[in-house]
Amino acid sequence: MQQIDKTESDVRKNISLYSKRVRKSDVVLKMLIYFSALLTVGFFILLIAYIIVNGAGYISLDFLLSSAESDGLLPIIINTLYVEFFTLIFAIPIGIGAAIYLTQYVKQGKFVKLIRFSTETLAGIPSILFGLFGYAIFCVLFGLGSSIIAGCLTMIICVLPGIIRTTEEALLTVPNSYKNGALALGAGKFRTIFEIVLPCAVPGILTSVILAVGRIMGESAAFLLTIGTGTKMPKEVFSHIFSSGRTLTLHLYYMSGNGSVPDAMKICFAIATILLILIFVLNVLAKLLAKKFIH
Amino acid sequence: MEKEKNNKVVIENLNLFYGEHHALKNINLKIPEGKITAFIGPSGCGKSTCLKSINRMNDLVDNCRIEGKIFISGEDIYDPRTDVTLLRKCAGMVFQTPNPFPMSIFDNVAYGPRIHGIKDKKKLEEIVERSLRGAAIWDDLKDKLKKSAFGLSGGQQQRLCIARALAIEPDIILMDEPTSALDPISTLKIEDLMMELRKKYTVIVVTHNMQQATRIADKTAFFLMGEVIEYSDTDRMFRNPVDKRTEDYITGRFG
Repeated sequence: MQQIDKTESDVRKNISLYSKRVRKSDVVLKMLIYFSALLTVGFFILLIAYIIVNGAGYISLDFLLSSAESDGLLPIIINTLYVEFFTLIFAIPIGIGAAIYLTQYVKQGKFVKLIRFSTETLAGIPSILFGLFGYAIFCVLFGLGSSIIAGCLTMIICVLPGIIRTTEEALLTVPNSYKNGALALGAGKFRTIFEIVLPCAVPGILTSVILAVGRIMGESAAFLLTIGTGTKMPKEVFSHIFSSGRTLTLHLYYMSGNGSVPDAMKICFAIATILLILIFVLNVLAKLLAKKFIH
Repeated sequence: MEKEKNNKVVIENLNLFYGEHHALKNINLKIPEGKITAFIGPSGCGKSTCLKSINRMNDLVDNCRIEGKIFISGEDIYDPRTDVTLLRKCAGMVFQTPNPFPMSIFDNVAYGPRIHGIKDKKKLEEIVERSLRGAAIWDDLKDKLKKSAFGLSGGQQQRLCIARALAIEPDIILMDEPTSALDPISTLKIEDLMMELRKKYTVIVVTHNMQQATRIADKTAFFLMGEVIEYSDTDRMFRNPVDKRTEDYITGRFG
């Protein structure tokens, strides 16, 4: 072995350092990588540009605030806000609670693995199945009919797995040393979790919430069977949750198949543009908030 | 009898198991009040485990089982009547890696007193100043109490953690290799500080560094494979070890 080493280094001594070679395979690979990146960004930009070019022109204050019963957008926007609010107000505390339980309290073992497996599976189920389930349970069994509240209850089940998973990950990234530090000062477990662990996980939890907001806004299948098609303005603030009311995405869907409305396609693109803008704003907001919480 | 009274911490027939693993074997130690006692030994010998038994941080480890008794000021801390919160107030801990909380310097130090029910702002300010002075870092930090603790250097963070432990007014300070993550100059500062702390507190320090033990400790316990091989005055142990294994370790033949 040593003999060979010696001769190799002897050979090396005679070669100038200035013998850098450019390998063809490197160049090809590099180009492929650039190409993939370009393609991805390209499609993204094309999609957004196409939607905005086709939709932006139609958006006006009149269009947004029209409450006409057939094609007014205001009730639809209000419905969407209702769905966001009533889904999140239940899903966030339940999700965070479950994540705290799974990461901080329960002994890691078969039971936790089972729960993890179920949440992962739930996260991957096509949402129309949630819709079907929600229809059978909330609309029919609970007698809620096609209503915003039935849609919200269905949506809670849809977004919970995501909230739990992301929050769990956020909680697990909090260094144990913080926890030990607090416990060693005499803090109880509850205090330690709520004063030290949870605040550290805020950026992650916030991300999970924003993702959920986006998911709810973009969801259509789960609502298709549960939320109805209503386009009326709410008569009363609270009782509105028991009435039927389509969301923006559903409105887009119904409009696209509606031949009787002139400019139906234009309305669709306008709605798509609004959805895009909202999602964009949400993402920026999430980033800013997360930055604020990181020390 | 008079001599017994001066022992702050008395460990009697302590056995500790992590599942099947017998991590501490029949430990008996009498740790004197107002002195620095060092636990030395190679990695995995049980010295940190023994230290963590004194403020019951081992309770947090799954499958950890403890037999035997540890008395602090004559009271058995593993007695079911023991309030763990009070125990940890009595025995403050400083960890191997500085672990300030992600909050301001002030809130870091005030965290402990707040847990123990102190809300008055004036009083908290007093405690924070006294603790930071106690940790010899007041002059460095007094103008940036509102700043995040993460902006400090490692040595400063460790002294902040010591201040945090002092703020709960403990009798005992447990230090788990407090300088192993620090540079030599910061280490020296922490050691000076420990000599200061000895005047008011009982200090127990786990260290990898035998020179450190000779520099600061009044008494030293040598751990090996979960047993205490030798426990005596530091001078005597390093000059005149009784056990062959102690001699081998301190002369650098292993470990």
